[in-house]
Amino acid sequence: MKIKIKSENGTAIVVLSGEIDHHTAKNLRSELDKFVITMQPEVLAIDFSNITFMDSSGIGLIIGRYKLLKECGGQLEIHSPQPYIRRVLKLSGIERIVKII
Amino acid sequence: MEILNEIKFSMPSLSVNESAARAAVSSFIIQADPTVEELADIRTAVSEAVTNCIVHGYRNTQGKIEITVRLMPNREIYIKVKDNGCGIPDIKQAMEPLFTTAPEEERSGLGFSVMESFMDRLSVTSKVGRGTTVTMRKRLSIHGS
Repeated sequence: MKIKIKSENGTAIVVLSGEIDHHTAKNLRSELDKFVITMQPEVLAIDFSNITFMDSSGIGLIIGRYKLLKECGGQLEIHSPQPYIRRVLKLSGIERIVKII
Repeated sequence: MEILNEIKFSMPSLSVNESAARAAVSSFIIQADPTVEELADIRTAVSEAVTNCIVHGYRNTQGKIEITVRLMPNREIYIKVKDNGCGIPDIKQAMEPLFTTAPEEERSGLGFSVMESFMDRLSVTSKVGRGTTVTMRKRLSIHGS
């Protein structure tokens, strides 16, 4: 799992590469939280285009970051998930609270 | 029923083995020529079942996870994931979407929902103090190649 963070027009973009499961989510969670708490971004966009696998652990990860950002006055967006990842996202109903682009 | 091919393997309930379980099941199933979507569905369902063993079955302890995969007639895939962990006191409740006993670990409570949605059939048997067995089946489509 690789994490790359960049900033574009006030939006913090986190590019993730690899697989999201219960094992990798632990590290991702602490890295993302560290970033959110330190940088307090208005919008945090997580770029999913290089995510090749995600199970429901990824849903827990997204909901947790959504809550943290909300507490900090920010917003979470999910960018460019592959069709297969979209199916998992859709099953969870998460698109009702998080913008998926 | 006739079993066309089968693998059985076991692993300690370490979270690092979640990806290994998915990879092993995928590489066995590839001989049945699944579509990309079918393979993704099966990988996800296996990942959910194995994660349940680690997070819930053996919570704060370590044990063995046994996985059996069979190729059955009519392109049916059979997968069994078994642990000897704490067991589930109320299976019906455990299978309800969004129900989780581990919210502090950010478990979404969607594991069984994903297994049910991505596979054709799911059965769960469990005994408190003895462990849980999840059995899943999926019929692969007949396609071009």
